[in-house]
Amino acid sequence: MVLVYSDDPKLVYELLHTARDLAKELTEKTIAVAIGSDKHAKDYLEYGADVVIVAQTTQQQFKAEEYTSILLSILKDQRNEVVLIGSNKNGKELASRLAAELDAGCVIDATAVYLQEKKLTTERVVYSGNAIAVEQFMGSPQIVTIPPKVFDPLPKNPDHKGEIIKKTIDPEQSASKILKVQEMKSEGVKRQDAQIIVSCGRGFKKKEDIKLVSELADVLKGRTVGCSRPIAADLKWLSEDHWIGLSGHKVKPKLYVACGISGQIQHIAGMRDSGVIVAINKDPEALIFKSADYGIVGDLYEVLPKLTSAIKEKIG
Amino acid sequence: MNIIVCAKQVVDVAEIKVDPATRKPILAGVPQKISDMDKNALEEAIKIKEKHGGKITVVTVGAPDAKERIKELLAMGADEAILVAQPAQVDYHMIAHLLAGAIQKLGAYDIILCGEASIDMFSGQIGPRLAGLLHIPQITYAQQMTVEPSMVVSEKNLGEKSITMESSFPVLLTVTKESNQPRLPSLMAILASSSKPIHEWSVADVTSQTLQPKVQTLDVKGIPMQRKNIIYQDDLDQSVGKLVDELAKVGVLR
Repeated sequence: MVLVYSDDPKLVYELLHTARDLAKELTEKTIAVAIGSDKHAKDYLEYGADVVIVAQTTQQQFKAEEYTSILLSILKDQRNEVVLIGSNKNGKELASRLAAELDAGCVIDATAVYLQEKKLTTERVVYSGNAIAVEQFMGSPQIVTIPPKVFDPLPKNPDHKGEIIKKTIDPEQSASKILKVQEMKSEGVKRQDAQIIVSCGRGFKKKEDIKLVSELADVLKGRTVGCSRPIAADLKWLSEDHWIGLSGHKVKPKLYVACGISGQIQHIAGMRDSGVIVAINKDPEALIFKSADYGIVGDLYEVLPKLTSAIKEKIG
Repeated sequence: MNIIVCAKQVVDVAEIKVDPATRKPILAGVPQKISDMDKNALEEAIKIKEKHGGKITVVTVGAPDAKERIKELLAMGADEAILVAQPAQVDYHMIAHLLAGAIQKLGAYDIILCGEASIDMFSGQIGPRLAGLLHIPQITYAQQMTVEPSMVVSEKNLGEKSITMESSFPVLLTVTKESNQPRLPSLMAILASSSKPIHEWSVADVTSQTLQPKVQTLDVKGIPMQRKNIIYQDDLDQSVGKLVDELAKVGVLR
């Protein structure tokens, strides 16, 4: 069977697409797992699951040890071929711990999953976005985590019926506990969904100057500001949900404007799939120009106001 | 307090060049270093030792030349190091077993610290795998931690959420790059570290299991990056004008 789990229902919908493709080739069933609540069980069936297993448990919040224990107890009743897990931070630590418990192979952040000579094969980005590793499993079970937006969900089909199985599971308790969950400060903009992103980097001298970027974003009707690592992580001029890069958000807008960003490979890894990439940098040798469709070599303090007013004039 | 820090020798990804013809990364000749977040892990360990006393042992699975990089960790403040010889073919499953074997051979421990991931492969599997094999709690992506004599409270960063967790010992934590600024060793510390031991262990020294990879690498291929690379660098007003015309033409100004 091909088993799918994520604590994010949207990711389950996406993963069910590739799970169904794999299950068809392997002539296996597609099973989706929901932990704690059956709220999305019907949706999982309509997005392609043949069976939904709802784990009824006392463990309300995600914790890697307990959730590993829950998945282990589900997997022990199944012939476990392929386990696909949504690759958010929870999913990655869960998949890795589960792999250790099962003595299984695991690939994190796969951007392609397919069968090659009947063997499960994956691709993922390595070396800070400089290469793709093609990897193949030798033996079962096989655990793969897949990030958001790699696959589109299948169209929801209300006629696709299946079985919902409820199972009470008391997971083994770990010695750790959650004391507090705090929402991080965020301006509520989903960078992953933005169509136009204007991003800033170390080329800015002070926090207030970032308004040059938001002004440009405003006239582009993008209203979405991103940034490179130093701005969010080191200087903290913007909250971390603005951070685009390998360990920040990965984005795919139709227009990406990089202002005063040098173009470190870690940043490129987060925006390389954008439609059109524009770079503004005073250093003609800046790496960012190699990854850009269009570039202006110049001082961003001069370029940005001119660009903002020229675009305003153009689109009215 | 017995603290274990797991460290990996990696190629310095910032120094990787890409072959313009094949777009494959050129790895030959790229300098090696200890992965950044592993140094953050050691820095946390040193802070814990400064507060509570104890011993810091670095455990590495790697090639013989990793010894040179490990010396840097001893200079920073680790007390001793174990270098387990890396088999020719490895995967995360094998590395985690080798680290677990070495740690069990070392005896009792309170805290294991790992980087959240290594900068070359960025999987982040080793920490949680190791915690799984040793059947101990794991706190990943630790941004901040407060260690008391018999427990740790740590804040983990999930981006949109921050989660505060508590655990008794033994426990494994993986730390982020933002958790601290790893110290640079002084010349005195570098000189003093030459007397600190680095023990070299074989695979047979740490496990009686015959380990085989569960995942093999078939290829490391280049990433196609086709961009127009039209760069304007003459008169600023003209450059801006041309750029805006182009953007309108390709249809992104709507």
